[in-house]
Amino acid sequence: MKAEAAIEGIENEQAYHLKEDGEEYLTFRLANEEYGVDILRVQEIRGWENVTRIPNAPNYVKGVLNLRGAIVPIMDLRIRFDLPTTDYTPTTVVVVLAVMSRSGEKKRIVGVVVDAISDVVNAKMSDIQATPNFDASIEIEYIQGLATASDKMLMLVDVDKLLNIEDDVLQFEHDDIE
Amino acid sequence: MSVDLEQFHQVFFEESFEGLDIMETGLMELDLGAANSEDINTIFRAAHSIKGGSGTFGFQGIANFTHVMETLLDEMRDGRRQVTREAVDSLLKSVDILRMMLNCEQDKSNPDTDKIQQQMSELEFILGESGGAAAIQAASAGSSSETTGWHIIFEPDANMMLTGNDPLRIIRELAEMGDIEVKTNQQKLPAFSELSPENCYLSWDITLRGNITEDAIKDVFLWVEDECKLTLTPIVDTSVQPAAEATSAAPAVTESVAPVAATASDSKKSTQSSSATSSIRVGIDKIDDLINMVGELVITQSMLSLLGEDFSMQNLEKLQDGLGQLERHTRELQESVMMIRMLPISFSFSRFPRLVRDMSSQMGKKIDLIMSGENTEIDKTLIEKIGDPLVHLVRNSLDHGIEMPADRIAAGKKETGTINLNAYHKGGNIVIEITDDGKGIDQDAVLNKAIEKGLVPAGAKLTAQQINDLIFQPGFSTAKKITDVSGRGVGMDVVRKNITSLGGAVEIQSEHGKGSTFTIRLPLTLAILDGQSVIVGNEIYIIPLVSIVESIQIKTSMINKVAGKGETFKLRDEYIPIVRLSRVFGIENAKAKTLEDGLLVVVEADRKPCGLFVDDLLGQQQVVIKSLEQNYRRVDGVSGATILGDGSVALILDIPGLLRMSVRH
Repeated sequence: MKAEAAIEGIENEQAYHLKEDGEEYLTFRLANEEYGVDILRVQEIRGWENVTRIPNAPNYVKGVLNLRGAIVPIMDLRIRFDLPTTDYTPTTVVVVLAVMSRSGEKKRIVGVVVDAISDVVNAKMSDIQATPNFDASIEIEYIQGLATASDKMLMLVDVDKLLNIEDDVLQFEHDDIE
Repeated sequence: MSVDLEQFHQVFFEESFEGLDIMETGLMELDLGAANSEDINTIFRAAHSIKGGSGTFGFQGIANFTHVMETLLDEMRDGRRQVTREAVDSLLKSVDILRMMLNCEQDKSNPDTDKIQQQMSELEFILGESGGAAAIQAASAGSSSETTGWHIIFEPDANMMLTGNDPLRIIRELAEMGDIEVKTNQQKLPAFSELSPENCYLSWDITLRGNITEDAIKDVFLWVEDECKLTLTPIVDTSVQPAAEATSAAPAVTESVAPVAATASDSKKSTQSSSATSSIRVGIDKIDDLINMVGELVITQSMLSLLGEDFSMQNLEKLQDGLGQLERHTRELQESVMMIRMLPISFSFSRFPRLVRDMSSQMGKKIDLIMSGENTEIDKTLIEKIGDPLVHLVRNSLDHGIEMPADRIAAGKKETGTINLNAYHKGGNIVIEITDDGKGIDQDAVLNKAIEKGLVPAGAKLTAQQINDLIFQPGFSTAKKITDVSGRGVGMDVVRKNITSLGGAVEIQSEHGKGSTFTIRLPLTLAILDGQSVIVGNEIYIIPLVSIVESIQIKTSMINKVAGKGETFKLRDEYIPIVRLSRVFGIENAKAKTLEDGLLVVVEADRKPCGLFVDDLLGQQQVVIKSLEQNYRRVDGVSGATILGDGSVALILDIPGLLRMSVRH
């Protein structure tokens, strides 16, 4: 029985889908909106420090950082979501996330700049509501669903979709052609 | 409780491939007629461990095949059998087959059973030749007899139709030759949304019955040979022929055992998969060195932490001492770690005796291969990547360089040609030379051909060196006849491109009638490079030192503009384009606005000079190359990143890529 449970656990972690028995989300704030990411994807949380700019990168890619010898790209989620930008302060936080490529084989490490970390919440499947349709200007494909935490709406972000750089590149090149 | 054997498979494959290498080298060195029994014993032992291992891990096919080889080797070892050229040839071919079988097991794909069967029967035929028990074995296997047709596997490259070749035409042509049965393989066919109508996704499995020669079939595929994977195997009809005739028919089978096209594609496959294995064998002495070094480092560290616990200014000198030690040990440790990745170049050279032997006999040439400096050490990654360019150059020397024996005698040379392979360290580089005493480059012929192809304007005066360099141009070949070895004009440009992408260079020296020398220069490792750091605005970039020619400050009088925009400057009678790094990379706060304020770093890419305009030079340093692609993606004009002394990241410039970008801007 135990072994079975263990295998199931591994599968759950790999499959990364919403499940019945609730999952923990790390929530953070972006321009007074609350977002959440699967806590298992969070590698570390660190303060903002200067990055090395990458030439000709999309504007939301702020640059790369030396994370204990690995070169890690840092993205600004405010710019990504078309929110008004603010200056980085000492309280600005970088959340380092593990992102799986679409094929699920490769793991990348990506840092995202957010305003502040809020909380860790437990959201059950039954608490999560599918994303309603907004007008076309809002990219809802990155939002996995909506949940409620202490009377506030929480947007659960699909990090794989949001931060998959390969997709962005395709989009980027496509724009170039046009 | 059962043990999961799979975890040992990788080790078994590695050991088996090593065993095969030992067998191959051993067989090559065997003295025909008077073989040393100890030498044969070495080969026998290698075969025996492969057989044992494959039996244990349940690779029954390999075990059976090795068993037959082992029987033959055993008879040779005991002196019951002469070591003949045929037997050695056959054993070498068997080594190839075994390698293929192991590769197939590794990739979990299906081996070419027809080929294995044929080689088995060839071995058994040799065994049976001297009479004895083995003959019965051969007869009972009863697998060889007359060719009644061909089994053709035709896999066109995706872009074959772009060159105007139609697979349907080929199949129609085949159908005229005999009884045809075609099976279409649609496995590679993508979903309709991804399907490109210009690509060919299908492959065919063709059975052609009738009395047809191999050459006739090859003729049909002549135009597409380069654009497809073609495997020809004769169909042997086992049921018709009685077993007694098996022995007499066996030699005929031998002829067609390894059709050229099939061997070529096989060897390609094996090199690909062998580069996939990622472990490395390290000598115990290197490990001991490392452990010593780490020990020293720990001692230094504890000394320093002791100092730091209760520090006063009197101890400053001790602290400086300690830091000096730390620096030295770290550097030594770095060097020893790099040494682990270093392997002797013989790993790459070892395939050449076989290659030269097989190809020279195939072409009817007599060639000696002399290798020196095999123990020169080079980074493992480089060994893997330099393999194909080296093979190409050696084949080139074999095919174009060395003449036929009769021609050599007529030219007053020794009948046997010589190819020299030499490797040595020079400066921070490794140099590999391939020298042949063949006919060299006919400069007039090359120049005429270049003019004919429009690579050089008619009537141009070129130096001998410039003419020699033309052979590295794409699409260039002066060979009168196309052989399957070389001469299609693809290759030399690829060789140069591959070597340049490794940060190296290839040059040729040649004298018509006397021979040619190819010189390859490579950096010792890909993980560290000597860099010059430069600053533009607030951003620091690293330029690889190898691409820098010089750095100069220029005056306004030296600057010229082309069409009012393109900036060039005149350096020793040559107009050189200027590329502003700030413009290409969109750096906003560059300090140097006018060209006089900053510095021009003259860099060279693909032998074309270019002035890279930066604010200032900082310093030269060795930098450890880190991948940007691991977590991000490839960036145009940047080959990688490195971490500077203060922990920040600096990007390393990819000079050829940067120049290409500047053209687009």
